[in-house]
Amino acid sequence: MKARKKRLIFIFVGLVFLGLASWLVFNALGNNMSYFYSPTEVVQKKAPEDHLFRLGGMVVEGSLQRGQALTVRFAITDTANAVNVEYTGILPDLFDEGQGVIAQGKLNTAGIFVATEVLAKHDEKYMPPEVADALEKAGKMKTDVPATELQNDS
Amino acid sequence: MIPEIGQFALILGLVFALVQTTLPLAGAHFGIASWVAVAKPAARAQLLFVAISFAALTWSFLTHDFSVKYVAVNSNTQLPTLYLFSAVWGAHEGSLVLWALVLSLWTASVSLFSRSIPPKVLARVLGVMGFVSVGFILFILVTSNPFERLVPAAIEGRDLNPLLQDIGLILHPPLLYMGYVGFVVPFSFAIAAMLGGRLDAAWARWSRPWTHVAWVFLTLGILLGSWWAYYELGWGGWWFWDPVENSSFIPWLVGTALMHSLAVTEKRGTFKAWTVLLAIFTFSLSLLGTFLVRSGVLTSVHAFASDPARGAFILVFLAVVVGGSLLIYSWRASQIRSHVHFDILSRETGLLLNNVFLAVAATSILLGTLYPLIVDALGIGKISVGPPYFNSVFLPLMVPLAILLGVGPLLRWKRDSFHRVWTKVWPIGALSLVIGGLFPLLVMDFYDVRAAFGMILAVWVLGVTLRVLFEQARGRGFISVSRSFWGMTLGHIGIAVFIMGITLTSIYSTEKDIQLAPGESYDLAGYTFRFDGVTKITGENYGGSEGKLTITKKGVYITTMKPEKRKYRVQKQPLTEAAIDAGLFRDLFAALGEPLGNKGAWSLRVYHKPFLRWIWLGALIMTLGGLFSASDRRYRKLAGRKKKQRAVVTEAVS
Repeated sequence: MKARKKRLIFIFVGLVFLGLASWLVFNALGNNMSYFYSPTEVVQKKAPEDHLFRLGGMVVEGSLQRGQALTVRFAITDTANAVNVEYTGILPDLFDEGQGVIAQGKLNTAGIFVATEVLAKHDEKYMPPEVADALEKAGKMKTDVPATELQNDS
Repeated sequence: MIPEIGQFALILGLVFALVQTTLPLAGAHFGIASWVAVAKPAARAQLLFVAISFAALTWSFLTHDFSVKYVAVNSNTQLPTLYLFSAVWGAHEGSLVLWALVLSLWTASVSLFSRSIPPKVLARVLGVMGFVSVGFILFILVTSNPFERLVPAAIEGRDLNPLLQDIGLILHPPLLYMGYVGFVVPFSFAIAAMLGGRLDAAWARWSRPWTHVAWVFLTLGILLGSWWAYYELGWGGWWFWDPVENSSFIPWLVGTALMHSLAVTEKRGTFKAWTVLLAIFTFSLSLLGTFLVRSGVLTSVHAFASDPARGAFILVFLAVVVGGSLLIYSWRASQIRSHVHFDILSRETGLLLNNVFLAVAATSILLGTLYPLIVDALGIGKISVGPPYFNSVFLPLMVPLAILLGVGPLLRWKRDSFHRVWTKVWPIGALSLVIGGLFPLLVMDFYDVRAAFGMILAVWVLGVTLRVLFEQARGRGFISVSRSFWGMTLGHIGIAVFIMGITLTSIYSTEKDIQLAPGESYDLAGYTFRFDGVTKITGENYGGSEGKLTITKKGVYITTMKPEKRKYRVQKQPLTEAAIDAGLFRDLFAALGEPLGNKGAWSLRVYHKPFLRWIWLGALIMTLGGLFSASDRRYRKLAGRKKKQRAVVTEAVS
């Protein structure tokens, strides 16, 4: 085989492989991305109704209800609006009322956010950046809440 | 007083790092022998002063000097002594001092084990390493000084994050850093070779053992992190595709590619430009990893203490290092020519494909990790990329790599015949189809095609690797097999074991969140978990509850598990301490959730995970392989004598 022909084969195979890999990557990326929405955006119907997304904010004080079974209910707020959340399973250690939280899941027909995953961060002082951001936005609309105080300082 | 000495020593360390980067580089360029000679003593002096600084910080922790802010924030008089040591690198500032210490350790080691390297080359290598040191020590002094005083001094410290009070976390960061930072050695050799204009096989040979050692440390570091996440985070998973995990895994993948590519460059004198590029990228990605972890741009389980303001410094430094290296590369790359030709069916092609797969895998993980950041920076929205992305991209790339891994070591350099290879591999292929295909049927509880597929791959890799080993040892005995060959063999056996572990654990694990009242029991994968209630406990710096579970299998007592729910007194932070009954063939895992109702019932998380340990066992075997390769005789000869050895073509690559 001539060197030229060999090089052409190499380039061709390389391009096919690269194409396949990119298809794989972008296909997977499209299917597994979830957008972040604040409770206000959910109330304003900006969140998708049939796709997984992330909801973040603070757990409303006094909203946590534990039943006899494993299903828990609570509400997430950005201080302007709140969304009810339902989750079946064990909540993370640092989950608590008044703490920052991110939940991943879908809205059901009743407008309740059914979470499949709940993340609370591993440091009591830590505030997920998305949540801090959402709180700040809501705080600007409703200026009586000093949202900056809620932000992480460490 | 001691903290001031620490800070002063760090400044002196910076001064020596400056000397180490300027004089030797200039000396090598202009041919001034006395400047070149400065490199070694400067490197050692830098180590001395950085070590003094590190010791001063450790001392401040041991003596509970709460007038030092960093100590006050991360320690406490109640903290057990062992954790006083690990608290030194428990947060940002201290971990950077550790980074700097590790870097100067690598630098001093290079200056020690380099008798065979010409002084000019060594001066350039140490000069490049000195430059990296300057950047890091400057970063510590300017943005994150651990010796900063607190006025007035605190009476009591805020305590170390409870999650970090653990043996896994004592060792995880130092090992990881040894690996990350270790890639500075091949990087510096590559840059030095380009600066000197002599890009032959020599730099590859000099940096190979160093690359292996760095890779071993990185592997161990990732392994420990995975093990720690498994038992300490209380989720029972061993890998989460968390951005910070990814940022250690990406350099690992590229570093693995580098090891293989260095072998080709050393033995065949080809792939030169590519290997240099890989060396640059491996270290740059390590730096990027540090940036991602330490800048706070990521929402991650690791974002314990981070500060976005510091990110800017690392980002600029990263830009200088990557931009500078690529500039030098573009200036020199046109002069790099490989005059060695090889056929499509040859070991060169095999290793080329290995590199392509690893590089593409690393790129796709990098993309998934950085994509949310890019989208956020562009203001399009806030997104997250979930684990399914990584699984669905990474696995399809690794399957062909595993198939290839079986064929690669069989191939001859330069050219091979399809017929020769086929006669060797088809029996092993057939055998692995039978064994792997039947394994789930004979050993596991139910048949799963994916499990069969994974096992076929694992047996295939194992089979070919052993066959090549026996071929190598035939007539000469296993003693004659070189260490670097053993290294390759063990590395690949490790992969096989690793594949088995991942396949069986991910498919056959059962995970349940359940609710049990005292006396009630739950059946999981043939095991009966009986809940015997919860009692109060008190630890050194925490209080909490301890559950008791009695495990039986078909009425036979197996073990008692005692998961804990701790509440640390100072940080007021709850922590789930899972109970794990480990075994070679299965792990039982139990963690306490919350109390439910008023009858003493709790929510519990119980897992049965078959073959979980094989994942880490595989990784351990791989690191053993890395150690064998690094200690190959020809490198030791290299260190001792100046005599240049010609590589034997039949000798295998590791």
